[in-house]
Amino acid sequence: MKLGDFIAPKALVPQLESTQRDDVISELVDALVSGGVLDAKLRDDVIAKIIEREKHGSTGFGKGVAVPHVKHEKIKTMAATVGVSAHGVDFNALDKAPVYSVVLLMSPQDSPDEHLQAMENIFRNLQKDTFRRFLRQASTNEEIMDLIHEADNHQLQS
Amino acid sequence: MPETHTTKIKIANKLGLHARPAMALVDTANRFKCDVHVHRTDSDEIIDAKSIMSVMMLAATEGTVLHVEATGTDAAEALEAIKALVKRKFDEE
Repeated sequence: MKLGDFIAPKALVPQLESTQRDDVISELVDALVSGGVLDAKLRDDVIAKIIEREKHGSTGFGKGVAVPHVKHEKIKTMAATVGVSAHGVDFNALDKAPVYSVVLLMSPQDSPDEHLQAMENIFRNLQKDTFRRFLRQASTNEEIMDLIHEADNHQLQS
Repeated sequence: MPETHTTKIKIANKLGLHARPAMALVDTANRFKCDVHVHRTDSDEIIDAKSIMSVMMLAATEGTVLHVEATGTDAAEALEAIKALVKRKFDEE
């Protein structure tokens, strides 16, 4: 499974406007809706569930990244988007540092294995200093997608 | 020479080792001074069990068997704690 298989190019937010965690989550979910990847009817519920999950345990796992996510019965196809914040967002992260890159993942309820594969892929890339650095520097959709493709083609050094 | 203890655990959770149980594993490992490393039986990649970013790379679905190795004075206790957590299905089910 490649990042490009589930990251939605039309839903990326290379310049997040929001500065608060819950607003960032809403902004990314709205991007999934306007990108045609999420039904607008599900928007409020998806946002609520992601925030609820986030409150149970921060997905700000350190190093300036966060991976808010949801498994939802009405989601039929796994999809993710990426947002970059120049300002930094408080995600109550494990290392208490601001978050600059957010990967938001929505998975179907009954595909736990696929969800794990996607998380594995996301984390494998977020582990790399170069990936995180380039992602933070990206300011357009194209730059984010180029990085995604390089990562998928193993062209990115650690 | 610090003691090394090893064990095998099998993930019995329906949803596998997703973010929440992965965090529980990491929190448990971090309670101990010893080094704790994990790898899948089908992989050589050694994962630091004290790092959530690393543990998330295991993609340990239901039924996955993991080798756990702990090195240090409290290694035995660390493995017991991890085994207990796995047996409790990470308090998920």
